[in-house]
Formats: sequence, C-alpha cells, structure tokens
Amino acid sequence: MAKDGLGLETELTLALPGGGGDPSGSMEKKEKKRVFSEFSSDETTMTANKNEVVGWPPVCSYRRKNSFSMEEGTKMYVKVSMDGAPFLRKIDLSTREGYSCLLMDLEKLFGCYGIGEEDSSEYVPIYEDKDGDWMLVGDVPWQMFSRSCKRLRIMKRLDAKGIGLHAKDFHKGISIEA
Amino acid sequence: MINYFPEEVLWHVFSFLTSHPDRNAASLVCKSWYNVERFSRGKVFIGNCYAISPERMISRFPRVRSLTLKGKPHFADFNLIPQDWGGNVYPWIVAMAKGSTNLEELRLKRMVVSDESLELLAKSFPNFKSLVLVSCEGFTTDGLAAIASNCRFLRELDLQENEVEDRRGQWLSCFPDSCTSLSSLNFACLKGEVNVAALERLVARCRNLRSLRLNHAVPPDALQKILAQAPQLVDLGADSFVHDPESETYNKLKNVMQKCSSIRSLSGFLDVNARCLPSIYPICINLTSLNLSYAPGIYSKELVKLIHKCKKLQRLWILDTIGDKGLGVVASTCKELQELRVFPSDLHVVGNVAVTEEGLVAISAGCPNLNSLLYFCQQMTNAALITVAKNCPNFIRFRLCTLNPTIPDAVTMQPLDEGFGAIVQSCKGLKRLSVSGLLTDQVFLYIGMYAEQLEMLSIAFAGDSDKGMLYVLNGCKKLKKLEIRDSPFGNMALLADTGKYETMRSLWMSSCGVTFGGCKTLAEKMPRLNVEIINEGDEMEGRPDDRQKVEKMYLYRTLVGPRKDAPDFVWTL
Repeated sequence: MAKDGLGLETELTLALPGGGGDPSGSMEKKEKKRVFSEFSSDETTMTANKNEVVGWPPVCSYRRKNSFSMEEGTKMYVKVSMDGAPFLRKIDLSTREGYSCLLMDLEKLFGCYGIGEEDSSEYVPIYEDKDGDWMLVGDVPWQMFSRSCKRLRIMKRLDAKGIGLHAKDFHKGISIEA
Repeated sequence: MINYFPEEVLWHVFSFLTSHPDRNAASLVCKSWYNVERFSRGKVFIGNCYAISPERMISRFPRVRSLTLKGKPHFADFNLIPQDWGGNVYPWIVAMAKGSTNLEELRLKRMVVSDESLELLAKSFPNFKSLVLVSCEGFTTDGLAAIASNCRFLRELDLQENEVEDRRGQWLSCFPDSCTSLSSLNFACLKGEVNVAALERLVARCRNLRSLRLNHAVPPDALQKILAQAPQLVDLGADSFVHDPESETYNKLKNVMQKCSSIRSLSGFLDVNARCLPSIYPICINLTSLNLSYAPGIYSKELVKLIHKCKKLQRLWILDTIGDKGLGVVASTCKELQELRVFPSDLHVVGNVAVTEEGLVAISAGCPNLNSLLYFCQQMTNAALITVAKNCPNFIRFRLCTLNPTIPDAVTMQPLDEGFGAIVQSCKGLKRLSVSGLLTDQVFLYIGMYAEQLEMLSIAFAGDSDKGMLYVLNGCKKLKKLEIRDSPFGNMALLADTGKYETMRSLWMSSCGVTFGGCKTLAEKMPRLNVEIINEGDEMEGRPDDRQKVEKMYLYRTLVGPRKDAPDFVWTL
C-alpha cells in the first residue's frame, strides 16, 4: 500500500488518550474508565480487565440483558469428577453460556476429548440434579440445566453400557444410579 | 422547458421518486418543484428528532402518511447516555393529532415512548396501519392494549428489542374479533404472559399474516397449534421450542413444520433443546434469514448440522460459539450469504477462544456476495483483513470488534492500520465502518483517502493525535455520523473545519481531549449546531474551567435551536 510521504510519526503506545498535563486534575478520576490493564505478551491468556471499561465490547443493552442471563457476581461452582482421575475439579456454570462452552472446558480440564460428540467419545457427561437423580447432560435447555445441576461427572461410556443402556437410550435421558 | 409542465405532470413524475435523497434533490431545483415535492411526499424520514420541530415538519409536508424518527445517538445502546436524556415522541404525536395528519405508519428508533403517546396515537389516526418500535423504552403493555383496541386497520405491530414493562394485562385479547388485517406481529421482546387462546384465535382470523415472532411465554404446544393455522407464514420467531424429542408435541411440530413451506426467515430459539432441531430441517432448504444469536443452548455440532441444510441463506446472525470451524462450514454451504453477524457469547471471561481471523477469512473466500458484516472476535491480523478485502470488494457495512479494544495484529504485533486500509481501498461502496484493535493515525489517513462513500464511522481507543480525526473530516465527503470514544482527539481537530458539521447529522465524542473552551468556541461560531455536553455528577459545581476536558459531547445540526426538553445534566452551549 503506497504510503503518503508525510513522514508520519506514529507512536504506538498504550498511554492514556489525550496526553499532556491536565491542570484541573480531573484526569485522575477518569483514569479508571479509560484505562484497562496492559495485556500480557503471553498469547494464551489476556488479562484485560474488561469490567472497568464501560460499554465495551459494544453489545447493546437489550442483548446484554437477554443473552447473558447470569448477573455479575452470582457464581455457580459445581464439582466435576472424572472416572479414574485422582482428584476433582470445580467449574463455574454461571460463566458458561451454553453446552458447547461447558463441554469445551471439560475437555480442557480433563483431556477427555470428543466428549461433545455423542458417538465418538469414550466419555459421557452426566450430572446430578436437584432430585438426586443422575441425568445425561444435554437433554434440557441450558438455563434449566444450570439451575438444577448440583454436580457433574464424566463417566466412561463402557460403564454406562454395563448398566444396560444402549447408545440410543441416551436420547431419552434415563436416569441411572450413581 | 420543464418549468412549463403543468403541475399534474410534475406530480405524476414525482410519484415515482421514492428515495429521500432523490426527493431532497428535486425539491432544491426551483420553487415549483419544491412545492410539488412537498405536497406529494408521503414518507418522511428524520434521522435526528431534534434537527427539526414537529410543527415545521407538518407544515412542510402536510400529506405525510409515514414518519420515521430516530432519537438517542447510537452510543446510547452501550450505556454511555444516562436515563432521561430525551428523545420523547409525545410532542410529535400531539402535533400530528392537532394538525389532522393522516398518519398511517410510525417507525421509531431509540426513542422514549410513553403509554400516553401510544394511547393518543391509537385514538388520533383512524387509518393507522403500522407501528414499528426499535430499541425504544418507556411504555408498558397497557399502551399496546390501546393500540390493539383502537387501530381498526392495523397491519403491522413490530416490537424489536424494546424495554417494555409488563403490566400483566391482556393486551393481546384487546384485538377485537373484527381485526383481521394483521400481516406482521412481533412481540418477542415482551417478558410476560400472553393470552394464548386469544393469540391462537387472532392468528386463525388474520389470513394475511406473514410475519409472526412470539415471546418466551408462548409454550411449544401453542406454537404447534398456531403454525397449523398459519402455514402461509414467511417469517417466524419462536423462543420457546420443544424440549423433549420423544413427546407428542415434538411430533406434531415436526409434521406442521413440513407444511410451512413459505417460511424464509427464522429467529428466536432462546430456549431450545438441540435434539429437537431436526423438526425444522424441512424448512431449512428455503431459509434466507436465520437468527440464532439469542440461542446459547445449541451444541456446535448440532448447529453445523443445521447450517449444512441452509444452502440458500443470505443473512445469518450467530454467536461466536460457532467457532472458526463452524464458520468454515458456513463458508462452504452458504454461497449466497450477504450479511453475517457474529456476536460474543461470553462477556465476562477473556481467553475463551471464540472466533478469530481464520473464521473471517474462510467466510470471505466462500461467500463472495458478502456485503454486510458485524464480527466480534478474539483477535485479528492485517494479513487476514487484506485477504478479506480482496475476496469481498462489495462491503457496504463493515464492523469489526475485537474483544480487547486495542489488541494488535496477533501475528506481527503491529497496529491493524494496514488491514483496515485494505478494506477501505477495496470496498468502494463502503457506507458504514467500525474499527477496533490497535490503531494509529495511519488508519485514518487511509480512511480519509479511500472511503469516499462512507456515511458512518465508529472509533474507539484509536489514533495518536488530532491528525487522525482531521484526515477523516477532510477526506470523507459523505460523512453523516461520526462517533468517537476514548481517543486522543482534541480542540485542534474539533475546530479545524467547523462548517463540516453542518453537512453531517451528528458528532459524538466521549473521553477524548476536547475541552469546555473548545466546545464553547464551536457553539459560538456555529449557531445552527446544538453542542450538548452531558455532565454526570462531579463536574456540576459552578462554571467549569475552559481547560477542563469534556466527558461526553454530542453535537448535531438543527434548524430549531437548543432543545427545550434537555434535562439538568445536559448543557447546550
């Protein structure tokens, strides 16, 4: 791309916009709103403190209220166990927006790849609901699930077959003994 | 020669002029054309409700039948504007009622609409046919009841993304039995219960119903019954879908869907069990528009299966949980895609890999007809944007939003100037642009140089100096709306070409470098601009120092001077 020969000096900084000194000192107060923390050079995690930037990302308030059902601060941690793993993990259901998200995170936490795929994985995700029944993850809408889930378990598919369940029975959401 | 044509001829010729710019141009030719045009204009569009007064509008266009009004500036969507800022429609309705306007259609965006306004509207215009409210607030279901009860010829009631207070009344039951004219009914944004039996009867008697969008409170078995009554539907929105694929309701729904061969547009699915999606497979082949952006409960695998069947899709709104791979499927399936919007699914936790530049590149390669994009992404690269620009030169709207607002090119760590530069250079018809990511003044140089058709530009956390803003103001001749937040543009840029703002609808600047002094100077120089400062709390004590930076400034051209309904926290300089 041909550049205009103006000899632009572009200073790439993350400094506060506006620059220069502010005699009234009102910059101090506004700092919180404008600045968000510098990102780390580590590509895998961004530590941007989004809560301090009002209105970013620019998602309209109607969409915010209606897609992101959980209010900030209400956490829903549930224990997750996997057959064969020596210890359990905890996962916060309020920050997951749906089954895709949850299953991706379970894959990351336990290395149980393919858990989202019905037929190909050796693992099956189940959860204990409010009534104490063990249910197959995915039968009910997400909101209903996250409200009633008490704990999660990643079960070996072979074990499930042993209890007399066939692959197609998973569609019926039959509850099984823990 | 044409001046000697009798008015009837001019009238007839003007009846073919439908676009507003064309009519505006025609009205400037001579007095005779001005008069014929103004008496023949039926549809009036007012992009800023404070640019003109209702009385003057009516006096110029006495035969207005359809009015479109927009109130708050765009950034109001992102909580940057306090409550009670303004944009009330009531004075407009009062003036039109007094002036005996034969109003048939009212379309409002980002305005405050009270129940009183709706009641007056319903009772004042006997031929009223169409009410479209987008991102409005201030009314309750009582107001809707008034519309339903009184508008005998109502064809369209379309409520999109409004904040409506539910009064637990029976507004839907207020449509009289004699009402059979509805062709479009959208109440998806209402939170409360509706009388389902009344809804079923309404649908049954409105044989012209083409568009129906239901809210979450309409249960799946009612949905199935309604669809059975309305197989002619073209557009369907359903939030509450079937949960159990083994149920009787599911079977009935599946059967009834097969008969709905006219459905081209589908939305909703707030509450859906992915295993029930096969019920809509029969209509997928004909779908041209699909909005799943409010449906978090769909596995990406199920989503992909669904998309595979939607070969004729032209518009797709989706969540970023689709992932780059899912976008690849869209690219290889939806060859006729024109508009894509990918919304963020997770606002709280950074690091959840959503979509990246890969998904966008795939789409651009597979969908050459793409002309409208809204893309929230984790990261972006210049190389990707350059490729996209080459693949899709037809963009009219290009809005990119990186979740981290100043993230650089993910590979080179450079600013994204070159990428956006490629977009504006390649897309000669670009009318709307939103930029994000790490950006210097250079990107604005490109925009000023190449974006000749640009009408709306949104800037956030970008640029280094006043030069950036100047490039845009000097270069973009067709610019109408400029909105800037958190960028280092100050008085020098603001005051360099004050006449420019009279050629634009509005300018918004927040958390930038402009000061009270600068804004006052501008206001003094340009009496036909309203320069409004929004003060929230702290700066209210006494007269602010001229050197103090202004937190939020909104200026717009107007023919009627400072508005009289400005609240305490808005100062018109």
